[in-house]
Amino acid sequence: MGRGGEQEPRSSAGGPARPDLLRGLTEPRYSRRRFVRGAAGILAAGSLAGALSACGIAGTRDTGWEDGFDWKAWWGEQEQQGTFDFANWPLYIDRTKDGSPTLNAFSEKYGITVNYRPVIQDNATFFAQISPVLQSGQSIGYDMVVISNGWELTQMIKNHWLIPLDHSRMPSFERYAAQSIRSPNYDPGNEFTVTWQSGITGIAYDTDNIDREINSIKDLWDPAFAGKVGMMADDTELGSFGMLALGIEPKSSTPADWRRAADLLREQREAGIVRQYYDQSYIKALEQGDTWISMAWSGDVFQAQLSGSENLEFVVPDEGVMFWQDNCMIPYHAAHPVDAMMWIDYFYRPPVQALITDWVNYISPVPDAKPIIAGELDDPTVANSPLVFPTPEMESKFVAYYDPTGVEDQLEWTSIFDPIIQS
Amino acid sequence: MSPRRRTGLVPYLLSLPAAVWLGAFFVLPLLTILGVSLMTGNSIDGWTLTWNFSIFGDAISTYSTQFGRSFLYGGISTAVALVTMYPVAYWIAFHGGRFKSVLLFLLLLPFFVSFVIRILAWQFILADDGIILSALKDIGLVPADTHVLSTPFAVVAGLTYDALPFMLLPLYVALQRIDPAHVEAAADLYATGAARFRTVILPLSAPGIYAGIVLVAITNIGDYLSASILGGPSTTMIGNIIQTQYVNNADYPIASALALILMVTLMLAMAVYARVFGTRTLQEHIG
Repeated sequence: MGRGGEQEPRSSAGGPARPDLLRGLTEPRYSRRRFVRGAAGILAAGSLAGALSACGIAGTRDTGWEDGFDWKAWWGEQEQQGTFDFANWPLYIDRTKDGSPTLNAFSEKYGITVNYRPVIQDNATFFAQISPVLQSGQSIGYDMVVISNGWELTQMIKNHWLIPLDHSRMPSFERYAAQSIRSPNYDPGNEFTVTWQSGITGIAYDTDNIDREINSIKDLWDPAFAGKVGMMADDTELGSFGMLALGIEPKSSTPADWRRAADLLREQREAGIVRQYYDQSYIKALEQGDTWISMAWSGDVFQAQLSGSENLEFVVPDEGVMFWQDNCMIPYHAAHPVDAMMWIDYFYRPPVQALITDWVNYISPVPDAKPIIAGELDDPTVANSPLVFPTPEMESKFVAYYDPTGVEDQLEWTSIFDPIIQS
Repeated sequence: MSPRRRTGLVPYLLSLPAAVWLGAFFVLPLLTILGVSLMTGNSIDGWTLTWNFSIFGDAISTYSTQFGRSFLYGGISTAVALVTMYPVAYWIAFHGGRFKSVLLFLLLLPFFVSFVIRILAWQFILADDGIILSALKDIGLVPADTHVLSTPFAVVAGLTYDALPFMLLPLYVALQRIDPAHVEAAADLYATGAARFRTVILPLSAPGIYAGIVLVAITNIGDYLSASILGGPSTTMIGNIIQTQYVNNADYPIASALALILMVTLMLAMAVYARVFGTRTLQEHIG
């Protein structure tokens, strides 16, 4: 190649100065038309800048219901509609060929059709989808959604985007709900939420490859497992584990604690111990042998064991495990709130909960479901698993998450932990 | 109004639909992104335009590693795709005969499946105890602790893999258009095989090379799927950062600033590339 370059001399760069070119470059010759065009351009740019300055992007503050709204009177006026829309996570309810037996039984008993949609894949994405709608004061089209405790739920509550639950319509919750799930730190008195299912974030390991006993969070820092340790990509999970390793209680931690935890986690990464920061795929990595030891959610490990990965073991480390709750709530502007309340009351009944728990395998919110699963459903594996019905000794190790006080607080948390995950 | 003046307006009127289209779907979103990047605030209080130009400096200094890595991975994957696909496109164009379309179709067949599914399949295939590595480990070709996933190699491989059809098609189109008579003429003038390739085929296929590189490099430098599925703790690309900042942290200004910086850098790189290589070869062949 290179023929083209020889044929055509390159532009005048470096060539002799031409007087006409010089004159053209130095002396302005504005015609009237060019002047008008230029002025119009400046005007357009100026007005655009002005328009941008004026608009900005609205925040979510004061877009929910007003302080002092009389919810008691409002609930008094509501009536059963015969249908409601329920958004949940995939594989999070009992399921057969003909749909969910519990939902079908509920429909038959009360004449309420449930539009059940397993559309929630993760909290942040779902929140990003619904928040513009709620912000503009419209219904999101669901009367009940399930969101984990965390920054998204905290925002739902702080923005007044949730309808306070009518406790007079949920007697079975008051009667059967486990003590461990009542009145969590992010929603005192269960004003807005009740638990759908809960779970713990602990450690899972592969007994084929690790033959020593695993009982501490520090085991995730063991150089013997370098390159075979899975950590979670969720900054709340990761940061909380860092604090547990240091013996700090996340619930009452301060930004100084967060930085110490971040230093410890950074050490772990820089020593080449961390294989990867995983999302939900951590469980596949464990099953495939990519990792030998990993942060893990109790229900996933239980299901993996049932489906053939008997070499996986879930442990509750001495330092404690993070206890999380997935919560049912009624978003503001919901069109069928009474029907949703009736469902809450229904699914807290032990026989109903037994069916759901026996299928989902996370921690049941209703301890009385245990004898039914063991007896009528004849499934002792689930009924006797401490991962589904935790023993009191295990419950004593449950640790609550830090609940962000506000947006500045939350941003500080992410700015400390995100650089570890995304380096 | 004189008739001459009226005809002067006609071209502008004719281009009006295109101008409106560009304005509504390109210029306006772009200006909005620019506006958002200059705002400060948070999701609860909202964002106001404060002409915060320092965000660009901050974004570059905070994420220079990820920017550099994106261009490195994008560059390597583009080069590898070019080197591997050129012979394939060449062979199909010159020796494919009546099977040309069938061969092309077979090569493109896997790409009818979604990229996410294919990359997840690779995750399965390349697993530490997966079909490839476990076999290699059993016969002792690689040490027992070898892993491919979570390495820069896996990310670049994923990027390269996805780039193959986008490199193949432009190369094939350029090569297929070459008149065999030119090659024969070169042979008649005693050009060796290598000389024929160097002086006839390669220059004539240059527009295809140019188009392939542009298509693949732009997509790969901004990609985030490969890094998030096949990558490890230190393979984060700038696309992953933009995604996290936008969706998880709702930090729209920094996400917009990063997207703009990426776009402007890519445009500058392409402009330089077009000046040095692209337009000259294009002019050479058209003019």
